[in-house]
Amino acid sequence: MSSPRVLLLWRVLVFMAALSPLVYWSTQVALQQAGPEPGKYLLLGFGLCALVILLLTLSLTPLSKLTRWKGFTLIRRQLGLWAFFYALLHLSSYLVFILGLDFSVLLQDIARRPYVIVGMLALVGLLVMALTSNRWAMRRLGKRWKPLHKVVYLVLALVLLHFFWVVRADMTDWAGYALAAVALMSLRLPAISTRLPSLGKRLGLR
Amino acid sequence: NAAWDAVVPEDQSVDKTTPFKDATSYNNFFEFGTDKSDPANRAGQLTTEPWTVMIDGEVNNPGKLSLEALMTPSRLEERIYRLRCVEAWSMVIPWLGIPLADVIRRADPTGEARYVRFETLVRPEEMPGQQSRFNLIDWPYVEGLRLDEAMHPLAFLAVGNYGRVLPNQNGAPLRLVVPWKYGFKSIKSIVRISLVRDQPLNSWQKIASSEYGFYANVNPNVDHPRWSQATERRLPNSLFNPNRMDTRMFNGYEEVASLYSGMDLRKHF
Repeated sequence: MSSPRVLLLWRVLVFMAALSPLVYWSTQVALQQAGPEPGKYLLLGFGLCALVILLLTLSLTPLSKLTRWKGFTLIRRQLGLWAFFYALLHLSSYLVFILGLDFSVLLQDIARRPYVIVGMLALVGLLVMALTSNRWAMRRLGKRWKPLHKVVYLVLALVLLHFFWVVRADMTDWAGYALAAVALMSLRLPAISTRLPSLGKRLGLR
Repeated sequence: NAAWDAVVPEDQSVDKTTPFKDATSYNNFFEFGTDKSDPANRAGQLTTEPWTVMIDGEVNNPGKLSLEALMTPSRLEERIYRLRCVEAWSMVIPWLGIPLADVIRRADPTGEARYVRFETLVRPEEMPGQQSRFNLIDWPYVEGLRLDEAMHPLAFLAVGNYGRVLPNQNGAPLRLVVPWKYGFKSIKSIVRISLVRDQPLNSWQKIASSEYGFYANVNPNVDHPRWSQATERRLPNSLFNPNRMDTRMFNGYEEVASLYSGMDLRKHF
């Protein structure tokens, strides 16, 4: 399970899985199967994908504590970068497909739509993490790297707020993601996270 | 009923009729879910025959009418109307139906009637959106018009679009079409029409009164708190052309303006 070949294959599979939504949605748009407003279709798809990948990234630490499998820590950077990538596509879709690069409308929107600001702040957080997700930056930042990347918790909260503000009538989907976020956060409470290894042992996971 | 009273946009090169496929696959009909594709995917199971409409309240002719009885005395007309959604997209859709005024006149409102209140069907077993526990809408979906608005010749009750019976996702078998107001006023799958004394509390106003008012007239000068209403995206659009155009006062149906003379439309949004 931890031979270099298996781990390489695992990383390639994760890469392909993370790429597949982009390929699928692009194909749907190209085949005119994305409805009368393809830009909106991509916008919503990319945004949701960024959130899901962000949640998956945050599940890696508890999972590796539970199982001690190297594979989970090995894909953390990759998944984090994918979350940033889809968030960037989400913003680009908004600017290009919805606004048609009409920046006067952007300024009006920013003034009126607080969730645009919240979304942009979340993206800045992801950008900071993406820019410092390389060996050089880790070396330079040293002990400060870890606290800096705790900004991911703030990003998650901002993303959920951004999403919450967009929902108009049915909170079901949002509630599901928020619940997942709360669960992942509670697994980080010391009282719980320190018990994960022994729980993993009892379940035969490690 | 071979003769049509077709009402069409003045410039059909600007207001091109939206393709059938788009108008029937991209819908807001929260009884079936909040995704735009949910109504087309889930509304097929809705039973629309038989269908009865309760006419009640301040009328001299109350009663429960079958859809056929409700429609028969009037001649079907075609209306090609612009539809402006409050979400800032728009379409152009040909409807088949009768003026709302016909139905109201037959109900014979009493002197006390000042508003018309409409109600959508509640049938969770066929309307999955109504099963959702986290939905903020308190079913049934309710809409309303002032009586003079309802009597305006443009206010329309549709039973069809694109020359055929209304697809379920578009509000079968009977829906309202009020082209100078945002789309959410045009209530779908109507089961009850009541003439009332007091202004009804429409569903969206109940959920968020700062965002959605009773009148909901299309107005480029009054923005939704979360987005501008100055422009709209005419659908279908394409990736690199949002097809953005200026939104017109009353969605271009200026003939209704006299209904609101002397009113502050910023206050009564």
